[in-house]
Amino acid sequence: MDAQQYSDDARPVLEAPDIARVLTRIAHEIVERAKGADDVVLLGIPTRGVYLARRLAEKLESITGAKIPVGSLDITMYRDDLRLKPARAIGRTEIPGDGIDGRLVVLVDDVLFSGRTIRAALDALGDIGRPRAVQLAVLVDRGHRELPIRADYVGKNLPTSLRETVKVQLAEEDGRDTVLLGTRTAS
Amino acid sequence: MMRHLISAADLTRDDAVLILDTAEEMARVADRPIKKLPTLRGRTICNLFFEDSTRTRISFEAAEKRLSADVINFAAKGSSVSKGESLKDTAQTLEAMGVDAVVIRHGASGAPYRLATSGWIDAPVVNAGDGTHQHPTQALLDAFTMRRRLVGRDEGLGKDLNGRRITLVGDVLHSRVARSNVDLLHTLGAEVTLVAPPTLVPVGVETWPCEISYDLDSVLPKSDAVMMLRVQRERMNAAFFPTEREYSRRYGLDGDRMAKMPEHAIVMHPGPMVRGMEITAEVADSDRCTVIEQVANGVSIRMAVLYLLLGGNDSAATAPSTTRTEESK
Repeated sequence: MDAQQYSDDARPVLEAPDIARVLTRIAHEIVERAKGADDVVLLGIPTRGVYLARRLAEKLESITGAKIPVGSLDITMYRDDLRLKPARAIGRTEIPGDGIDGRLVVLVDDVLFSGRTIRAALDALGDIGRPRAVQLAVLVDRGHRELPIRADYVGKNLPTSLRETVKVQLAEEDGRDTVLLGTRTAS
Repeated sequence: MMRHLISAADLTRDDAVLILDTAEEMARVADRPIKKLPTLRGRTICNLFFEDSTRTRISFEAAEKRLSADVINFAAKGSSVSKGESLKDTAQTLEAMGVDAVVIRHGASGAPYRLATSGWIDAPVVNAGDGTHQHPTQALLDAFTMRRRLVGRDEGLGKDLNGRRITLVGDVLHSRVARSNVDLLHTLGAEVTLVAPPTLVPVGVETWPCEISYDLDSVLPKSDAVMMLRVQRERMNAAFFPTEREYSRRYGLDGDRMAKMPEHAIVMHPGPMVRGMEITAEVADSDRCTVIEQVANGVSIRMAVLYLLLGGNDSAATAPSTTRTEESK
């Protein structure tokens, strides 16, 4: 994560019950669109996308009764802005044992912004296997796309200005579930 | 992370663990059908080898190619160096060609340091072995191999080698591998013991952060890893021990000696091995010997080092932030 200053006046736009609710809705949408979830593989993008993917997998399991493979896909090495910033620590890539060939891969991330992370994720997927289809689930879509990419499943559309920041906090990493909207301060 | 990798002694514990953890992720790439990452696309790396080496050069080249860098291999033999060109001229030629990093092996101790600090060239410098001084990526791949075998592949992430007892045996005097390993293993919290004939122990060794012993048999039962060093005859200008047979009897590792080591202990060798003298075929071919693993791990470690030195731009850390920051989602 970048060193990013968040202002003190950041206000929550989603609280824990809201996050649980939108994840349940997304899980149902996945089942509906995939007509079941037989060949679904969930891949979370580190760090918080992985926790969201695991939560979605649990919900899918309770809906369909089937075990859903879940993994993580680190995209650091595929970023197009690597040269613009100091070297970053690499996250974990874990592909479920059966691989992703011929499966419906649902990428899971916390915030969809410029779309560059997802572009990198698509490149990374291409090096790992050939999914039947790739879909994208995000908790928050804050707009400002720089690439022709859109999400298939959105928890909350959050129109923002570029001066604003969106910060997702999840219990596994941050001790609580919340989405904060703040204003950018000089870093 | 620093700008050059000249000596294992320059690495902090956190730097070293970061490199080992990054290498663990790089190792996963080797298991994939497509063993390539686009990370260093468009970057040019020059492997500048003033001294013969096949293993290290191929290892660096494999690492560079897996990260999609463009690779220039330069061997001093048959080049302008044999016509009398100096290191400075060679460096300035590379600078003019826009090389983004230099991997250098040189017979003279300190050549990589000179290259990195003289201002002849602006690119990061990676030491791939200089004289009898240092070979930091070898030390890192050895530490990586030890952490994998002694701590575990996944359990080891984020951890060092605290409290592990490592023994280095043989020609310490001529060994840059020994120097690098003592430095790095000490940084990672391991207890290191050197075992060598008195004639092959360097002057000033008492200032090194390690123990010295002349009796291999007494050290073996307490060792978690035993690293055999190659007897570097090409660097020996005098008789350092009476006969090969005597060296082998006192400091060679055979099956009987290996049996004195604890169950979990591993045998390491930086290669190339001289079978029969420092290590018997029985030991070299046993499950406890990690020589082949070390070679594979070498590629992962070198990928990690090149990524961390070249994957980002340090000057950007102080540059004003642009509109699209915040993880650039």
